[in-house]
Amino acid sequence: MRPLEGILALDFSQYLSGPSCALRLADLGARVIKVENPKTGDNSRHLCVKSMMYDGDSVNFQAINREKESFAANLKDPGDMEMVKRLIAKADVLVENFRPGVMKKLGLDYEQVKELNPRLVYATITGYGSEGPWVKKPGQDLLVQSMSGLAYMNGNGDQPPTPFAVSIADSFTGAHAAEGIMACLVRRNKTGLGGHVEVSLLESVLYLQLEGLTTYLNDGHRLPIRSKISNAHPDVPAPYGIYPTKDSYIAVSMGSVLNLGKILSCDALAVYTDPDDWFNRRDEIKQILADHLKAKTTAEWLKQLEAANYWSSEVLDWKQLIDSKAFQELDFTQDIRRPGCSALYTTRCPIRFNGRTMKTKKHAPRLGEDTEKVIEDFALREGGVRE
Amino acid sequence: MKPLEGCLVLDFSQYLAGPYAALRLADMGAWVLKIENPKGGDLYRSLRISNLLIDGDQPLIHAANRNKESLAVDLKSPEQRPMLEKLIRRADVMIINFRPGVAKRLKLDYETVKGMNPQIIYGSISGYGAEGPWSERPGQDLLVQAVSGLAYLNGNGDQPPLPMGVGAADIVSGEHLVQGILAGLYRSGISGEGAQIEVSLLEAALDIQFEGFTAFLNDGEIPVRGLVNNANPYIDAPYGIYSTQDGYIALAMTPILRLGELLGCTALKSYADPLTWNLQKDEIKKILADHLKQETTACWLSILEPADIWCADVMNWDRLMETEGFQVLDMIQETVTGNGVPVKTLRCPICIDGERYFFRKGAPKIGEHDEDALRALLNE
Repeated sequence: MRPLEGILALDFSQYLSGPSCALRLADLGARVIKVENPKTGDNSRHLCVKSMMYDGDSVNFQAINREKESFAANLKDPGDMEMVKRLIAKADVLVENFRPGVMKKLGLDYEQVKELNPRLVYATITGYGSEGPWVKKPGQDLLVQSMSGLAYMNGNGDQPPTPFAVSIADSFTGAHAAEGIMACLVRRNKTGLGGHVEVSLLESVLYLQLEGLTTYLNDGHRLPIRSKISNAHPDVPAPYGIYPTKDSYIAVSMGSVLNLGKILSCDALAVYTDPDDWFNRRDEIKQILADHLKAKTTAEWLKQLEAANYWSSEVLDWKQLIDSKAFQELDFTQDIRRPGCSALYTTRCPIRFNGRTMKTKKHAPRLGEDTEKVIEDFALREGGVRE
Repeated sequence: MKPLEGCLVLDFSQYLAGPYAALRLADMGAWVLKIENPKGGDLYRSLRISNLLIDGDQPLIHAANRNKESLAVDLKSPEQRPMLEKLIRRADVMIINFRPGVAKRLKLDYETVKGMNPQIIYGSISGYGAEGPWSERPGQDLLVQAVSGLAYLNGNGDQPPLPMGVGAADIVSGEHLVQGILAGLYRSGISGEGAQIEVSLLEAALDIQFEGFTAFLNDGEIPVRGLVNNANPYIDAPYGIYSTQDGYIALAMTPILRLGELLGCTALKSYADPLTWNLQKDEIKKILADHLKQETTACWLSILEPADIWCADVMNWDRLMETEGFQVLDMIQETVTGNGVPVKTLRCPICIDGERYFFRKGAPKIGEHDEDALRALLNE
């Protein structure tokens, strides 16, 4: 049995932040119904990675919306709205990521919806919070990374600020929304009352920088300096980074520079006896190391480093990774094909519950695929709302 | 009422991922006891990262352990075992990130703990999962980024694989643990059953790559990082951050012709076919990079923003903190250590019932709350 079985969550959100939050609830056992505009649905149905479509919707959409149902409703149509309100009255969770003000105009903001269902846990996801000068700014992943200082942590010191190459703002914010929701559900077991969870992309991406920002705030606002050579984490001293070798790359983590010099027979490192220098003369040390590591293959270096228990590793691309026994034993992939269609592979929920993985039981829905079923399951037509 | 009030968490974990998860529970109202080895405590305390020490500890210790209490317990001591078991029987949650096998040796594995407290939610974080050929490897953030393929997405195509500049695998696995624990607490509130939650740094690093990784699983193609200002190998030009005359500008998804018109960049006219935005991405981005250098960031924004183009200034923390947009978030809080030393850090990023949570209590010294915590428990 999954922990959130019995929970009904309505997902009014689009793109990635909200849908990834609702996906986690679905993975953990909640019944998640996407409430979608009947004309186009969630915009990410058409937003492709590498133009990859599958049965009329983007592959990306399928990955984010697996395990969910789709209920098509026009929120501007009074009949549809009546049904949506009946559904809300029966729901445990509602997730939305409209621009600030939209749900209020629809009569579906937390204050109004709470009247329909005081047990409801309602999550609002915004780009930059619900007040202030950026409220109307598009809450888009790259823009938030750029405004939050995150891009200044990534890439080498002589490069422009470099964004993280994944949608980290969206995913991370979705995670925070899911946590707020579940914390409120825990509380509801005791109090019987729901709650309102608010998160924003900007706050979440700032929090991703918790360590660096805490240093900065207590260190006279000294900005982090990215290493010019193999930057990895601006706050961590040499040798931390990924370096080229004779045949590929090697990751060298934290440890004594002197020990490292001995293990690798790199005599030039012997002069760095003061640990403060591992930070203050980081680029100099990393340059010596970068030159030295080119002389042998990754396997040769790893043999020496591992024998000495020095934290290090090979650097894998996805092909190499999925060929590894370690990856195969994780059992991390799953087939989420739609009935009658070809196989479609994606990742699974990264959390194990009572020793078991939680794999998807249902494909991502076509737009409105479950409308009739939802109407029946929740008797939404009572009162002759819709023929 | 904060959502987790009344919930007792025993945090046996060290370094970043586990303590980070326990911190979130503390921030949402739980009472978190950090169980530390009397000799040295959390190994993160002795890991030399920053040259800055505040009240004897690195900023990282303060960041990840505020709002917790520390209890010094020698987990191998038979004399302290009864007290430890009393704590476990009373706890709602416990978090560990021992290396595989260690919990069992210490009689702190799930089976043993469940025998003492069947309702407990038992969370563990490993580097690469509890089993498999990598389970003995050090579960360190950079190393996990290196084997997960993440470093091959990040940075430009002509540079070595580039790790992300924060402890992303640590932090995201901590988030996953919080999620599993909360789901377990929800269920135990209804059925009274405990649960075991397991997450790993490797699965966290893969989870944040799910978009690209899903594409790869279905077409078998390794992504190619752009040579010019790579932002995301899967997104077409102009997506990226560019230098301007005085700083930088970020451009998200935008039709190239429209962008060319607005910026007065005639060379972009020949890219009418949207397929070229992908196939000739580097070429287009090079043209843009050269063009954008001619004017200031403010000048370009004054053209693009009114036209609803998705763009932004690229700010470092100094500039960000001067903005009203940052200030209205009220993201900074000041905690105070037991010795009265103030430490500034970020508040919890989740706002509940319109309330932002601020806490005064700073990170503890090893065993700082031995007396208080025990007395409170004994008096219950």
